[in-house]
This record gives sequence, structure tokens and C-alpha cells, in this order.
Amino acid sequence: MAPPTAEHAIDWDEIRLHVVTGKGGTGKTTLAAALALAIASAGKSVLLCEVEGRQGIARLFDVPPLPYEERRIASGPNDGGDLYALAIEPEAALLEYLAMYYHLGRAGKALDKFGVIDFATTIAPGVRDVLLTGKVYEAVHRNRRSRNARQYDAVVLDAPPTGRITQFLNVNSELSGLAKVGPIRSQADTVMTLLRSPRTAVHLVTVLEEMPVQETADGIDGLHRANLPVGAVMVNLVHSNELDDAARTQAISGRLPEEQIRADLAAAGLDPDPALVDGLCTEAREHAQRRALEDEERRHIEKLDVPVLDLPRLPEGVDLGGLYELAAELCEQGVR
Amino acid sequence: MNDRRTLARRGPLAGRAESAPPLDVDALVRDPATRIVVCCGSGGVGKTTTSAALALRAAEHGRKVVVLTIDPARRLAQSMGIEALDNTPRPVPGAEATNGGSLDAMMLDMKRTFDEVVESQASPEKAAQILANPFYQALSSSFAGTQEYMAMEKLGQLHQDAVRTGRWDLIVVDTPPSRSALDFLDAPERLSSFLDGRFIRMLLAPARGPARFMTAGLGVVTNALTKVLGTQVLRDMQTFVAAFDTLFGGFRQRAQKTYELLQATGTSFLVVAAPEPDAVREAAYFVERLEEERMPLAGLVVNRVSQLPPGGLSAEEAVAAADRLGRTGDSDTAGLTAGLLRLHAERARIVARETRVGRRFTAAHPHVPTVVLPALPTDVHDLDGLRLVGKLLGGVPGNAAAS
Repeated sequence: MAPPTAEHAIDWDEIRLHVVTGKGGTGKTTLAAALALAIASAGKSVLLCEVEGRQGIARLFDVPPLPYEERRIASGPNDGGDLYALAIEPEAALLEYLAMYYHLGRAGKALDKFGVIDFATTIAPGVRDVLLTGKVYEAVHRNRRSRNARQYDAVVLDAPPTGRITQFLNVNSELSGLAKVGPIRSQADTVMTLLRSPRTAVHLVTVLEEMPVQETADGIDGLHRANLPVGAVMVNLVHSNELDDAARTQAISGRLPEEQIRADLAAAGLDPDPALVDGLCTEAREHAQRRALEDEERRHIEKLDVPVLDLPRLPEGVDLGGLYELAAELCEQGVR
Repeated sequence: MNDRRTLARRGPLAGRAESAPPLDVDALVRDPATRIVVCCGSGGVGKTTTSAALALRAAEHGRKVVVLTIDPARRLAQSMGIEALDNTPRPVPGAEATNGGSLDAMMLDMKRTFDEVVESQASPEKAAQILANPFYQALSSSFAGTQEYMAMEKLGQLHQDAVRTGRWDLIVVDTPPSRSALDFLDAPERLSSFLDGRFIRMLLAPARGPARFMTAGLGVVTNALTKVLGTQVLRDMQTFVAAFDTLFGGFRQRAQKTYELLQATGTSFLVVAAPEPDAVREAAYFVERLEEERMPLAGLVVNRVSQLPPGGLSAEEAVAAADRLGRTGDSDTAGLTAGLLRLHAERARIVARETRVGRRFTAAHPHVPTVVLPALPTDVHDLDGLRLVGKLLGGVPGNAAAS
């Protein structure tokens, strides 16, 4: 598959925060993990975060559920890159935040006891998102002066789905109606500066079907309007290219050269049973029909004018091995 | 997540992955005792399409149906005449059945539904005050679970309308694409327990009279909150909670009623899945949860299952033959035939993987009636497409359904 064209290139060295979103069921978590692996394989230290409490990362890497603590989950040979993972929980992040900025040791516990933590993280508008993005911000922004903290070359965030991504990242405007001044507000402002900078890129995962592609277009629109930086569209589950255009056209109209195919099958040592030839032609027709729909969706994606990364459909599904295959695929397309 | 109940596995503790009993969707929708069908499952498995197809099939069997969809694809919504998100059931053009059946459709407007609940429970002035509060606006548009809760609220309303007017005798409900399928069962409980919470009562305390609630602990809490949120936010919060106070009881009651409606005879759940590990895992959780809650499960719908045409060639044989053709084939079409063989090998591998995924579910839940729908080469976005899916749901074999 072709690497992104020059005018569409993404500056992989500049970006410190990769936000991966996508419609449910398109493989958002899988591709966030593959992206993190691909970047780490270039010798970098990468943190992969999830924020939806699903433990999707642990499941993918086949490790026990992640605590609210950065854990190394993969590392390359000869110091060749490390991948850490963190499941961010808003409740824990809020307590950490209170302890860090307000030294609220005892009060923090009292807040928890009174159900305030629960309140703040479930309903107080935007607070949950401020906390989640705030923790990500903290991980991106660590430097040598930070005590006891690991530094990362890049952070990959398995973010909420496309329908909610702009609202999630746009914590600033979300809060404007409520916290007009005060500490939460200034925290939100700092986070927004990072999110709107060229050090951030929001990647959108889709598959070549009508609704996910439509949602991707709407998502990009929303991100543009909120001045949030759009990275790549990651097209997942791309069908293989076993048949060329001519063959697909023939397959759709039922004009595949069955006699010759029969002869070829016999030459290859197979029993050229009519049912076999028939079956192969049926499969070819269905494949060609699906591909025709996908080509239409791909034209929509091309019109979006953003870099595109293609990830193949793995017939065996995505296990740990498949995840590394997808990462290699991303490396070949220029990710580093 | 502390809001997510840990579930022990549920079901027979030993079993073989034999084939599950078939799910007879036609019998389900033809049975006049079936009044509500709830389609649930994780996101991206085709719930909306399944709900719409089921509703259309029921209407064509003579039922008077209303289908509540959550977030249909644009073209599907257009073809059903429900582009506008206005909470009003409308007849679906082209679905006029000849045998007394009818099909209405609507798309859920979550915020509007919530507003209506508030308006029906509070005096006009109070309602206006609540609707304008920023905390209410966030609660009604972005609280995790609000969409699930409002879908159930709407179901309750439709059910009342149906009983009162006789306009419908079957309600089909699509459920929101939750992070977890369980969210929607938990939403009413979560929302009402949240609104009943200790913190809320604490916020109300100053408004309710003497400062006897002002214990030392509370003082620390209020100070901390002011420090973090600022006084303005705290004041908004108190206004909201005070205004909402009178509604709490009402919410709890409604949540309880909804729950009872879901358990009632006449309600059936269809769990929808796709042959992917995540979707099947969610389906299994759901099936187990429904049993635990004594909610009536009709069965499992597995969408988009890949199938192999007869021919019996294995993936390995196909790849080997394709390789041989690549090396020695000298005909003009050798490349094409090799491509066909590789395509077949890919399909065979997908089928094998999906079968493995399905078998894991069946072994743990052998008693759950199941219907398997083949993957369609084209998308479903018109009534003909829905009719086709409806036939497949009704157990008509793929090739017969297409003709």
C-alpha cells in the first residue's frame, strides 16, 4: 500500500500526542495499540492510555487488567523502544489532582466519602473530561525536572468515539458556561494550548462503510471548527487486492471465463468440479460488489483531503501476532 | 470502574459446542402476546438495521408496529422517512401492509425526552428554571447513561400510548451504542441513585434550614470544593439540586416502572452480535445479565456471518494450487484463477475464525436460540434491503430470500 503523498505528510517527529478516535466497532483500540507499537519500534518510549474504563489494552496485549499506574507492556530488543500503558480512571485522577495541587490529603478522603468524587466525575459538566485530558497532558509535559516521573517521546490516547471526540477534547469551551474563573478553568486552558498545537494530532479510525465514513467526515468537520489538529484517517479492515479491476468488472456481470478457469484449476492439480468453479465465481462476484461499495466510500475519504493510512483485514482476526503485523504495516507507511 | 458490577459467569457449567436451537423470529413477532421487543448488543453490530427489519417484517405479518431507533444511518433514516429528530412516530412510506399491519418509525431525541420528563413533573416556572441551568444541560446531553435512560423512558411513553390509543400492538426498540451493552440496564438505577446520593442531600442541606448538618467533615468538603471549583460553580450546583429536589422521587418511581416493564410478560429481548470476539463477549455478558435479572431473552441474532459456497476446497489446498499456478501456469488466465483461489482461501480462513468465535458462545450458552444472518455483499439502506434482512431473520435461507 502506498505511503501518504508528500503534501499530506504527517510530521511524526513533531507530534507528541496522538489521539485515536473512531466509530464503535471499527477497531479504534486495536489501531491505537498498533500505532503505539509502530512508534515505539522506531526506538521511542511511548505511553498508550485508555480513558473509557474498558480495559481494552489489557485484553489486546493479553495481560492482567491495568491499574491506575504506568506499566511497561512491551519493549523492543537492545533498548529499541518501550511501550507503557495506563488506564486512566477519572476518580483516581481527581484524587491525584487534589493531592498534587491542593495538598488535600484528608479532605480528598472526605470528598470521596461524601460521594463528591462520584458527583464530580459523573455529572459536573466537563470535569470528567478535564481530568482525563489533564492526566494525558501531564504525561506529555513531563520533563527532566519532574520528580520520579518517566518521560515519553510520544503519548497515544485511545480516545472516546468519533461522535464525542470534539466535545471531549474541547474541554475549554465545554467549561466556559460553568467554571468561568478558578483553578479548574486555568487547568483547562493549559490543556487546550497543547491540544490545539502542532504537537497534537487526532487520527480517525474508519472502515469503508457508509456510516463510519460519514461519521468520520462529520468528526473532521467538528475538529476543524474547534481548531483541533486533524492527523490521519486510518482505514481499517481493507480487503485484499486479489482481483484487478477488469476481473472485478467481469465478476459483477457474471462474465468470468469459466472454461479457462476450469482448465487452470485442472492444471493446478485440482478437480475442476462445476460446483467449485461456480463457488469461486460467486465469491468473486460478492467480493467485487463489496469492493465497488468500498471504492465509493474511499472516494469520499479522498475528498476529505487528509493523509490516509491503510490497514488490511487480517483473515485470522487480531490477536497479539496480528497486532504486530498491523504495526509493521504502519511502519511501512511512514509511521515512526 | 466501580459502577460496573462484576459478573460471575452464568449458564450451564459444562457443555459441548453443539448447534444452538434455531431462533424463530417469525413466531415471535406473529405471537400477539409479544408486545415489546428490545434489541440490544454492542456498537457496530447492526442493531438498528435488525430492529428496523424486524419491525417491517412484523408489520407485514399484520402487526401494528412502532419502531424506536436511536441513531440510524442517514440513508436508512431517509428511506424510513425519519430524517428529523423530533420524537414523533410517523408512518414509514412504502410500508403500508395489506393485512391490517402498519409501521411507524421514530428517532430518539434524548434531550427533548428529558426536557419533557422535567416539564411533566414540575411547575412551569420551576421547569423553566431547571431547563436553563447549566448542570441540567450537561446532565441531559452528556451524562453517561442519559441516552440509555431516555430510550427506556421513551419506551415507557410509547407503551402507555399504545395501551391508551390502541394505535400500536408491538413496540420494537433499538438501544444506544453503549460502551457496554450493560450500561442501558444500569442507567435508570445509576441515574436515580446518583440523584438520591449523599452529596446531593448535602448540597440541599443549607436550603433546608438550620445548619445542624454543618459537621466538621462537611466544612472540609465545602472548603475543598470552593477551592477547586470556585464559588460560582458551587452556587450553580446548589441551584440545580434545589430545583431538581422535587423531581427526585418521580425519577426513582419512573425508573422502577421502566424496570418492571422490561420484566413483564410480553417483553422479549433479542441480543444482536457480529462474529467478532468483542461483540460475542458483550452478547454473552448480556445473556447472563438478562437471566440474572429475570428478563425474558428471546434469543441471539448473529449478523454478518461469512459463508462458504459449496465446493469443499480448504484454505490450504486453495493457496497451494494458487502457488502452483503462479509458478507453472502459462495460460492467459492463470493470474485470474490464482486470484480467485486466494480470495477463496481468505474467505475460508474468515469462516473458520468466525466459527471458532461462535462456538465459544454456544458451548457456554447452548440453550440460547440463535439465528445466523449471512454477510450481505451490499449495504442495507432501503425497504427492500430491510425486507431481505427480515426474511433472513425469519429463517428463509439466503438464496431463497434474495430472490
